[in-house]
Amino acid sequence: MKYIFSLLMVLAVSANSFAQGIEMADALRSDGKIYVVVAVLSLVLAGILFYVIRTDRRISRLEKEMGDK
Amino acid sequence: MKLSWWKLLCIALLFYTVIMGFLGPVPRLAILNESIRNLYFHVPMWFGMVLILGSSVFHSIGYLRTPLMSNDDKAVTAAHTGILFGGLGLVTGMAWARVTWGDWWVNDPKLNGAAIGMLIYCAYLVLRNSLEDEGQRARISAIYNIFAFATLVPLLFILPRLTDSLHPGNGGNPGFNQYDLDSDLRLVFYPAVIGWALLGLWLTQLNARLRRLERIAEEKNEVVASR
Repeated sequence: MKYIFSLLMVLAVSANSFAQGIEMADALRSDGKIYVVVAVLSLVLAGILFYVIRTDRRISRLEKEMGDK
Repeated sequence: MKLSWWKLLCIALLFYTVIMGFLGPVPRLAILNESIRNLYFHVPMWFGMVLILGSSVFHSIGYLRTPLMSNDDKAVTAAHTGILFGGLGLVTGMAWARVTWGDWWVNDPKLNGAAIGMLIYCAYLVLRNSLEDEGQRARISAIYNIFAFATLVPLLFILPRLTDSLHPGNGGNPGFNQYDLDSDLRLVFYPAVIGWALLGLWLTQLNARLRRLERIAEEKNEVVASR
C-alpha cells in the first residue's frame, strides 16, 4: 500500500513537471476572476431552469383543469 | 406541485457541471489548454442527442405496434429535442475546432457523418410536414425514423472509426483512451452527460404533454361544434 502510494506520488510529481510548459489560465484563477465566470453562468442556468420549472407547473395546472372537466 | 426526483437530479447535476466544470482541475494539454473544459458541454450534447433520438425510435416502434397518437406525439417531440441537441453539438464543435484544428470545418469523417446525420433528421421534419393525413403522417414518419436512427449510428460511431479522424475517440480507437479522459475529467464529465441528457428528456416531456393537451382541447372543440 505504501509502495503504491509512493509510486503514485512520483508519477504525479513527474507528470506535473512534465506539463509545466503548457499555458493555462492560471492568472485568471489566482486573481479569483474565475469565480465571476462561474457566478454568471450559474445565474444564467438558474434563470433558464426557473423558466423551465414555471412552464412545467403551468402545464401541470392545465392538465388538472382539463382532466377535471 | 413537487418536482419529480429526476428533475431535481437534473438541476443538481447541471449546477455541479457549471461550477466544477470551471473550478475543478483538468490535465494540462498542449493546444487544448483550458478549452478541454468544453468536454463538459460539447460531448454531452451528442450523448444526450443519441439517448433522446433513441427514445424517439422507441416511441415510433410503439406507434407501429399500437397506433395511438400519444406515441406519435412522444416520438416527434423527442426528435425535435434530439435535433436541437445535435445542432448545438455541431456549432459547439465548430467553435472548438476553430481554435484547436485551425478551421471552422474540416473534412473529417466524424464531422461529415454528424452533418449528414443531422440532414437526415431535418428530412424527417420535412417529411412530416408534407403529409396531411394524421394517421398516414404518424405511420410513415415512424418507419422513416427507424431508418434514420439506424443510419445515424454507423455515421457517428462506426464509419469514423474505420478511417483516420482528427476527432478524439476515432481512427481505430475503441473510445476514450487515457489521453482523452483522465480521472479529473471523468469526475465532471459523467455527471454532465447525465445532467444534460435529463434536461433534454425534461424539455421533451413538457412538449409531449403540451401536445396531448392540444389534442384534448381539439377534441372538445369538435364535440362542441357538432352539437
